[in-house]
Amino acid sequence: MNKSTKSSFKWRKVTESRLFFPIVALSLILIFDFLFIPGFFAIENRDGNLHGSLIDIFRNGSTVMLLAIGMTLVIATGGVDLSVGATMAIVASVAGILMNPSALRNEVFFVTDPNYTFQPLWVVIITALLVALLCGLWNGVLVAYMRIQPMVATLILMISGRGIAQLITNGLRVQITYRPYAYIGQGWVILPFSLYIVAFVFVITWLITRKTAIGMFIESVGINFRSSFFSGIDEKKIKLVVYTFCGFCAGIAGLVASSNIRTSDASNIGLTTELDAILAVVIGGTSMSGGRFSLLASMVGALVMQAITQSMYAIGVPAFALQAIKAVVVILVILLYSEQVRDFVRRISAVKKEV
Amino acid sequence: MSESDQNILVMEGISKAFPGVQALDDVHLTLKRGEILCLVGENGAGKSTLMKVLTGVDQPDSGKITFDGREIQAKSPQHAQSLGISTVYQEINLCPNLTVAENILLGREPHKAGRIDWAKMNVLAQETLQRLLGVDIDVAQPLGSYTVAIQQMVAIARALYIASAKILILDEPTSSLDVNETAHLFDVMRKLKNEGVGIIFITHFIGQIYEVSDRITVLRNGKLVGTYETASITRVGLISKMIGRSLAEFDEMSKIKLESSKHIRSDALLQARELGLTGSIQPFDLDLHAGEVVGLAGLLGSGRTETASILFGVEKPDSGSVSINGAVVQDHSPLGSIKRRVALCPEDRKASGIVDDLTVRENIVLAMQANLGWFNYLSLKTQYEIADRYIKLLNIATPSADQPVKNLSGGNQQKVILARWLATNPQLLILDEPTRGIDVGTKAEIQKLVLSLAEEGKACIFISSELEEVLRTSHRIVVLREREKVAEFSGEVDENTIIHAIAGSES
Repeated sequence: MNKSTKSSFKWRKVTESRLFFPIVALSLILIFDFLFIPGFFAIENRDGNLHGSLIDIFRNGSTVMLLAIGMTLVIATGGVDLSVGATMAIVASVAGILMNPSALRNEVFFVTDPNYTFQPLWVVIITALLVALLCGLWNGVLVAYMRIQPMVATLILMISGRGIAQLITNGLRVQITYRPYAYIGQGWVILPFSLYIVAFVFVITWLITRKTAIGMFIESVGINFRSSFFSGIDEKKIKLVVYTFCGFCAGIAGLVASSNIRTSDASNIGLTTELDAILAVVIGGTSMSGGRFSLLASMVGALVMQAITQSMYAIGVPAFALQAIKAVVVILVILLYSEQVRDFVRRISAVKKEV
Repeated sequence: MSESDQNILVMEGISKAFPGVQALDDVHLTLKRGEILCLVGENGAGKSTLMKVLTGVDQPDSGKITFDGREIQAKSPQHAQSLGISTVYQEINLCPNLTVAENILLGREPHKAGRIDWAKMNVLAQETLQRLLGVDIDVAQPLGSYTVAIQQMVAIARALYIASAKILILDEPTSSLDVNETAHLFDVMRKLKNEGVGIIFITHFIGQIYEVSDRITVLRNGKLVGTYETASITRVGLISKMIGRSLAEFDEMSKIKLESSKHIRSDALLQARELGLTGSIQPFDLDLHAGEVVGLAGLLGSGRTETASILFGVEKPDSGSVSINGAVVQDHSPLGSIKRRVALCPEDRKASGIVDDLTVRENIVLAMQANLGWFNYLSLKTQYEIADRYIKLLNIATPSADQPVKNLSGGNQQKVILARWLATNPQLLILDEPTRGIDVGTKAEIQKLVLSLAEEGKACIFISSELEEVLRTSHRIVVLREREKVAEFSGEVDENTIIHAIAGSES
């Protein structure tokens, strides 16, 4: 008797962990892939670099993972950032125009030399990321100091962002041919280079939130901003920093995405990725009303999103039907996290035990 | 009439366990028709859990509930309500942005041609309030624009209106009411009692128990201590049943107070001059010395909380100045105050005190960490040390420092907030209703703590609705009336003098 209660207690601890549901979800998808898609788990070694469907999930998921890092912190404060996709587009345009400014003269000039760039790579990256920081700062000021609701405040940039991106490139698509830039999204060092970027940003963010007081303050503000204010936490500053950081993450994602498709396509880069990022965070168990967060669980959430996309393509679901499939997944996830459903499951399992 | 007919409610052998706590252990309770039964006990005694089991919020692990001759188990509060068991909770759970009428009739709106009949709704609400409670207010105004006391009345009106309640549960309804409002509530309760309604009344005010109840059921640590006829048990007897320990320590208080008054320093720690905020509190002067406890007395809405808010920097004053240790305060903000080693335990524990999803440890170190800044992070080891020290010092009942603070009972949450502020090592501690909704034993603990802090050289401002408590703990008493400081008493004063000052009549 004693032994059984002890083991069920541990089981409960496992199921209550933030990582439990996202990992279960990911495993289910992978099992599905294993059964129905031949060769899904095959990993090939090409010149020392690893390739395969599994690796592709990580590589194609890297933009959403980057976005999810920033988004986790924003959602933990009880907010949301709808503008990350638009920020990606702005960043792509800035980067594109700095490498190939011909669009400014209103001419489409195809650079064929893969070693040509107008500005050196470090100027391109730093300028683009500064612009991303500015986008985040703008959201932060609106939310923290102007007291505009996060959804409305970030909607402004979400809608205007793509227009701004078009303005920067004079309404033209800028081809990106500079090879070192292409390495960001397409390079390979055993594993795809973009994964190292994700890992770096993740580790830095984890250290900053968990090895300083910032993580606790973000959660505290998200749970009860009034109590936090009474305890001397500068709730506005926290929000400003978090939105700025989210913009920064979107900036890096924008670099990866534009490098991947070798163009700054203002109307398509990052389109609807804000929703994928939000979903990744929700799958990771962070409540939309703010509070406790787990960066690692959000990363798994992002992989779940990508694995679904990848698997659907692999079994031949057409791109236009994909959104509908994702909707089904979203409904399942939200059901899993609803207290009512959880209670229901607990009650059923309790009844079974009694029988 | 047989005894079983007399009883509207019989709860037998109720047990309920939560992870790590046996909240209820074989508890019995009976309620007769037309009776007011007081349910009393310390924090965590199981009063709230017992009521939650009755009203279907929680399901009991074992036990039997017989209501009106039938065995029942409410599945949800709605279900309980439809059976005839209505509850008014300690923390008002109405919608402040809806009108009073909407709150009372929510879900029961009168309809006309498929649409809500607003005019009729307002008339109904107005009548209900007037007839049942004798409260006359504009029911078309948002609930949030009224005082907590009125909101409480609206909650009661709603509970009574919704169902022809056979049982009414009042969970500490008086903790935010002033004397007149409480008397009013009691009239209502007696009226309902005469109509045959069984009332379960949970309160921490001993005086009120004797004023209104017929019988008393005492719980301690989840177990039933006993049920007594109110007329047959003395106050001292009742308190000792509740806390299960000697009353000698209550008498200690005055001794401690006398002793600690010797340590009051002569130079002022805090000096407020003409400090005020339009619409909040009239300009006032206030001096505070190290080692001194100053009590703020006054009715609800007299400006006690507003005074605390201005001194702590939650609100910025628009006139006058305040200086701490001779330095004039420029930065009026909570963080600025923490840096000046001023602390405030706010009145509303739930809204501005606890951060409910964070652990006990995190709640305790929160203000201290805010003072240290973002990057000067206390190591986990230090955090646990601090948390454990205060859990021990203040007797906080929690399985561990990692427990989310929302799982603790109200009194223990209050202690966690106290711990948060003590951890910042304040020289001035403002306590706004630190004992609200807290049992007698913990009250005495907190009062003693305040005096011992004063003895250590800290200054305290003590705010409470209970005059007796203010008198017992304070070296000096400031009386507020209608958002204005009206009097100040030091030395030994009797209760009557202060009541006259609060009421504004000459003694």
